[in-house]
Amino acid sequence: MTENLVSLFVNSVFTGNILLAYFLGMCSFIAVSKNINTAVGLGLAVVFVLSVTTPLNWLIYHFLLAPSALSWIGLPGVDLRFLKFITFIAVIAAVVQAIEILIDRFSAALYAGLGVFLPLIAVNCAILGASLFMVERNYTFTESLIYGFGSGVGWMMAIVTMAAIRIKLRYANPPYGLEGYGLTMIVTGLMAMAFMLFSGIAAG
Amino acid sequence: MKNKSKALQILLRPVWQDNPINIQMLGICSALAITVQLKTALVMALSMTFVVSCSSFIISLMRRQIPKNIRIIVELCVISTFVIVIDEFLRAYLYDISKQLSVFVGLIITNCIVMGRAESFALSNPPHLAFIDGVGNGIGYGSVLVGVAFLRELLGAGKLFGIPVIPKFLYEAGYENAGFMLLAPAAFIIIGLLVWLQRTLTKGGDANK
Repeated sequence: MTENLVSLFVNSVFTGNILLAYFLGMCSFIAVSKNINTAVGLGLAVVFVLSVTTPLNWLIYHFLLAPSALSWIGLPGVDLRFLKFITFIAVIAAVVQAIEILIDRFSAALYAGLGVFLPLIAVNCAILGASLFMVERNYTFTESLIYGFGSGVGWMMAIVTMAAIRIKLRYANPPYGLEGYGLTMIVTGLMAMAFMLFSGIAAG
Repeated sequence: MKNKSKALQILLRPVWQDNPINIQMLGICSALAITVQLKTALVMALSMTFVVSCSSFIISLMRRQIPKNIRIIVELCVISTFVIVIDEFLRAYLYDISKQLSVFVGLIITNCIVMGRAESFALSNPPHLAFIDGVGNGIGYGSVLVGVAFLRELLGAGKLFGIPVIPKFLYEAGYENAGFMLLAPAAFIIIGLLVWLQRTLTKGGDANK
């Protein structure tokens, strides 16, 4: 059991990296990876929001939306799965907003660091993507906890590495047109290749 | 007449000059994942065009009624409604493709193109122009998607739309499919190269950098 969870964690951080293998959260990845400090800030915020929303959406899906999930209030046979997109996105937006208010109230320092990134996160596809993958792969509650956290860590690792590489690239002199975005994509491709090589570890 | 040419301009601008993926860097997330095959890419492009044009239209209709501070939630609701419609449609009529697209249909909701168009265009323009703008962006997005999928399926599997197109004698002469093209990193690299190509061709897209 625990072995499974460990391998799920390793898998979601490395081989199944939500950014490099499933391409989720690219928009903010490209926009915010110019500077290491902001990359770390956004990364932490993503880890935090993912580890809260994925299990929360698990609970909502399994107690409200799944086929005959409503039998506990006497409505057997009701299937609300088609509502999952709108519910998940509403939950994510609400959680992000709530976290923002809480952080603002209790920790000014943390708010200064994370606050600006939180609104960005509501429309980060990695967050919604993790919830949808959680449903599609039939994770249990514990697995969804681990998966949410692991995906966040994987995403953060990718963006921080990318920011570090881009700082070095600042001194490079690429041809016009490749500069900036094009080069970032190609470097991401090379990084994705490197992360794929971790697949041997997860299998063992 | 003048009105007509403006509409045409709105339609064509995002296809090339302001291409959402290559120039504005929006909506890359889904662009990469579903480009292993042409078929899925095409379906995705059509779904995307449908969602972005319809949601822009509706949001533009409501633009005077939406209170400013909750507009993002309102926009998300409109967008998710259309995504649910398209998801149910695909499930009913194109079940295999909907299985392959898996979560990526749902992810149209958080696709930055849809939100971006709603925020920057639909909220300040009349409905018919917003609709045209949506169609244009859908086409711009779709053409990149189909282009990438074309390269990946041709080089990676030697097929187009699932039909083998590389002649047999080439294989006998020692040609092999580049399986790498089907893996994730290839998608990043192809998009990178496409961006390079387009930016070199349309010098002056500097403002967006």
